[in-house]
Amino acid sequence: MSGATASPGRLARAWDSDIAWSFRHSPVALVSGFAVLVCFVGAFGCGFLAPHDPFNLASLSLSNSFLPPVPLKGSSWSFVFGTDDQGRDVLSAIMYGTRISLIVGFAAIAMALSLGIALGLLAGYFGGVTDAVLMRAADVQLSFPSLLIALLVDGIVRALLPRGAQNALELYVLIFAIGIARWPQFARTVRGSTLVERGREYVMAARVIGIGPVRIMASHILPNVLGPVLVLATINLGLAILDEATLSFLGLGLPPTQPSLGTLISNGNNFLYSGDWWITVFPGIVLAGMVLAINLLGDWLRDALNPRLR
Amino acid sequence: MSDAMAADRPVLEAEHVTRVFDVSRPMLARLMAGEKKRMLRAVDDASFAIRRGTTLSLVGESGCGKSTVARMAVGLYAPSAGAMRFEGCELSAARRDAALRRRMNMIFQDPYASLNPRWRVRDIVAEPIRAFRLARGAAVSERVAELLVQVGLSAADGQKYPHEFSGGQRQRVSIARALASEPEFLVCDEPTSALDVSVQAQILNLMKGLQERLGLTYLFISHNLAVVRHMSERLGVMYLGRIVEMGKAEAIFSKPQHPYTRLLLEAIPDLEMVGRARTPVGGEVPSPIAPPPGCAFHPRCPLAREKCRSVRPETARAGEVEVACHAVAEGWG
Repeated sequence: MSGATASPGRLARAWDSDIAWSFRHSPVALVSGFAVLVCFVGAFGCGFLAPHDPFNLASLSLSNSFLPPVPLKGSSWSFVFGTDDQGRDVLSAIMYGTRISLIVGFAAIAMALSLGIALGLLAGYFGGVTDAVLMRAADVQLSFPSLLIALLVDGIVRALLPRGAQNALELYVLIFAIGIARWPQFARTVRGSTLVERGREYVMAARVIGIGPVRIMASHILPNVLGPVLVLATINLGLAILDEATLSFLGLGLPPTQPSLGTLISNGNNFLYSGDWWITVFPGIVLAGMVLAINLLGDWLRDALNPRLR
Repeated sequence: MSDAMAADRPVLEAEHVTRVFDVSRPMLARLMAGEKKRMLRAVDDASFAIRRGTTLSLVGESGCGKSTVARMAVGLYAPSAGAMRFEGCELSAARRDAALRRRMNMIFQDPYASLNPRWRVRDIVAEPIRAFRLARGAAVSERVAELLVQVGLSAADGQKYPHEFSGGQRQRVSIARALASEPEFLVCDEPTSALDVSVQAQILNLMKGLQERLGLTYLFISHNLAVVRHMSERLGVMYLGRIVEMGKAEAIFSKPQHPYTRLLLEAIPDLEMVGRARTPVGGEVPSPIAPPPGCAFHPRCPLAREKCRSVRPETARAGEVEVACHAVAEGWG
């Protein structure tokens, strides 16, 4: 017993940490955490878990098209959420679509995060002209809705790409466009914290012994400004997924051969007025639920990390 | 110049050092309001030299420019005018040479802000060792353990984070970090002013012991005269960016000459003075953005005359010390 109390393992310490305690005692965090977990498992395990492969054209049969979801008349247990106009299983399409949505969301946020952190550190640490130029650029960009920026970047990059490459690279173009659209918020948060940390005496102590600015930013300042940025990243993940869905819904995102949730909603929208509501409503519910869960998780994280609310 | 003089050369020399900060509003706002630039003279024409193995202390009220002098002494700020020399070499050139830069380090005022909260103590103390490549591999942790023991902590404390220590212990960690680069010259910017009185004495005794053992040279900044008396051979009294009196600490304590020094010393509480009326230091320190003309101390000085309001006093020898005061120079004080 003494051994266990003297040096608890990593896992035990993580379980005992403030964050873990707050997670276990927040019903909102538990429910949204569970929802996010279900989305992740379903999305990234779609190869094993999905009842059908929506991309395998050989397995599709037009005789199965427009089957309604389960409790309704004419439904089949093989297609729980019904099928679309091609006879594709809606549930499987959602699982594959969620995977693409999550990949785009994560990659776009990773890009916005690295860009924002790097530029925010530079602006905050060097100040002066660097700061003025970078922050005015961020201000200009923030004065437009991020979706408009993403549309603009997406359009420019598409125009620059050769025709043949467009479909193959569409995923990366989308990630780039959404990533570019979301960097200013991160840069501003990082800059603000960097301004505070830069004047702290531990930074001066490093400067006295001649540590260079890049080392100071990376190893001294960055660990101290990361907290609020990670919270922001969580909330922005939901928004980035929505951005992607919106672009795809507008037909500017991923092609129907690589359907994301937005593409699925857009496709299903065509059949909404003929009464085949399930093709668009189920992907919509999954999208809304997932984004809501991610945002609630971000809100919880923000409160859990805020020392003033403890 | 003989060899004896070279060995006697001061470690740090400041010659007519001035530091001006631009505290004006942003350019656009300033132009629209039609204001001029506002300049703050934090340090104004200060000269001093510190001999090897001794301590020079600078005292003064808050805002008198002590900390700016400290930061200039290690090259964190460049002087706006005048020159700093470290080991006879111009300071910014000395800072570019790693071998010379290693020989100076600094201890900071706030033990809560001077240690990176995300770093373990062993990494904090090891940083100068790694930066100057003084050891590598296992030798680094041996050296860190040695330093921690030297400042009165235990080697196992290296595992901990700064928030696990008290203020006094953190200041010990700060001292260990400053010693890690094996410096000869340490700038101490109010190293005890954030600590409890009982802990202050421990830290001061530690610093004094280290000075004797390692032959360190200190530039010691403080607003506490009792602390200064304990620590220093030489003493400089600063007022509004200027050094008004400088000399052997004992000489200043036994026979203060500048009226400001006299007021400061009279304000020290002591048992003999119990119940007796004191001369309070009247008024506020004027703004260093618009310092008074002539002698900066004249609005608060009991001896001020017409000349003090117009002519700035030069530093002149008066007995054992150097004083910048018309009253002392002309003998009406």
